[in-house]
Amino acid sequence: MVALSAQAALKARIDTLYRSESRRVLATLIRLLGDFDVAEEALHDAFRAAVEQWSSTGVPDNPRAWLVSAGRFKAIDRLRRNARFQGDFESIVQGLAAADADPADRDFDQVEDDRLRLVFTCCHPALAPDAQIALTLREVCDLTTEEIARAFLVPTPTVAQRIVRAKHRLRDAGIPYEVPGHAELPQRLDSVLRVIFLVFNEGYSATAGDSIERRDLTGEAIRLARLLLTLLQDAEVMGLLALMLLHTSRRAARVGADGDLVLLPEQDRRLWDRALIAEGEALVQRAMATRRIGVYTLQAAIAAEHARATTSADTDWSRIIALYDILRRADPSPVIELNRAVAVSMRDGPQPGLDLIDALLARGDLADYHLAHAARADLCERLGRFGDARSAYRRALALVRQTPERRYLEQRLSGLPSR
Amino acid sequence: MKYLLLIYNDPDRLGAMRKEEFDRELAHCYERAHELMAEGRLLSSERLQLPDTATTVRIRDGAMSVTDGPFAETKEYLAGFNVIEARDLNEAIRLAAGFPWAKTGSVEVRPIAQSLP
Repeated sequence: MVALSAQAALKARIDTLYRSESRRVLATLIRLLGDFDVAEEALHDAFRAAVEQWSSTGVPDNPRAWLVSAGRFKAIDRLRRNARFQGDFESIVQGLAAADADPADRDFDQVEDDRLRLVFTCCHPALAPDAQIALTLREVCDLTTEEIARAFLVPTPTVAQRIVRAKHRLRDAGIPYEVPGHAELPQRLDSVLRVIFLVFNEGYSATAGDSIERRDLTGEAIRLARLLLTLLQDAEVMGLLALMLLHTSRRAARVGADGDLVLLPEQDRRLWDRALIAEGEALVQRAMATRRIGVYTLQAAIAAEHARATTSADTDWSRIIALYDILRRADPSPVIELNRAVAVSMRDGPQPGLDLIDALLARGDLADYHLAHAARADLCERLGRFGDARSAYRRALALVRQTPERRYLEQRLSGLPSR
Repeated sequence: MKYLLLIYNDPDRLGAMRKEEFDRELAHCYERAHELMAEGRLLSSERLQLPDTATTVRIRDGAMSVTDGPFAETKEYLAGFNVIEARDLNEAIRLAAGFPWAKTGSVEVRPIAQSLP
């Protein structure tokens, strides 16, 4: 029984190690072996070897270095055996075996560089956005193909194909496994931040389905941003993390007891998570202090303004509009114009806001965006133009794909006075 | 998760192979199978006899019928199957691609539904 419990303790220790180190070991193995699939198989082999060997030798001082060495050794061994059947692998094997004699890289900086390499490679602009997201969630966050498929409401084989094709694309295009240099970094970092924000948005405001949020995705996005920030002290990484934390702080208030959507003005602000707000605000200030203020920091600053206000009426709408003015110059997008129009309606009344939204819709930019019609409906209702409100709610309802949002819009529509 | 790998052979492709080539692929397959079996990732593995040995049983309106076949429209035929344990579908695909049979036909990867309680 003693032996058995020692075995169980080792198993638990290795499981913990897998959770904390497997992504680091994988990131280094991809660099050493030059191939995602070979590295994944090597990672599997390394942990299996650990289970076998550590029961007699004990856990080594530096388990991560041990796992990297074991994985690399097993991969070379496997390639060598395959070469007997295929012939064409021998040159690769010789190249790998000749590589540096001590690949275990005890140097912590090197290991952290490998993690950054992995993030930047998974988010490489040569890959389609869907592929970037799937690959990042699987390789960096260790989600299974099935979990990713469930989270995005996509069939599992579709996600699997995206991952397989992305790996082939990286290989065929000869994309180097590296952290981009200074000249390239801002643009490449944009791509990484966009992947993280897309994951967060899909989790925070699901485009379709029965629930408003999918917490697994918001949690993964925040985890990723935290990881990125430990690796790269960049203002926009701070801004993005702040933005996600500030949004998440309202989580308990934005869903009613019955699963219904509660909009910002009606939320019970006592339910907001003060710890997340404090962390988010501190990050906004750090980002602002760098004087290199980007679009995520600006959006986080707007979210921080909302977080600061004790009531909706108490909100500093002028400051929010001023931030939107900077934001729309940095990132001209119709959705930002729409949000700015809503802020204008809060400060100056429904008519000026409605004029802005009508101008936007007249340009055709947001014609298929349900929230544009929902905002228009709300402003028409506040102006007593119930007929216009009714048709705008109907237009929004024709476009909405998420059940709680649909219920909310239906309630607003049926709440309109009849004629 | 458990996955079933259904291995389909293409007789044209197999026929075009030289004998030593085929023997080498088969030896590779067995080595890979033994390795995965020892690791507990290959749970079962069987080769089937040729499709002309197949019989199909049906009961319709209470009466049983037995026919030869099926003889599918396509040339590829079911030649064997593996049941594997993998972390996710992409790992299952990677293991499937590690057998030589994807080159001589195709391998269908199917997740196994949860077993009966």
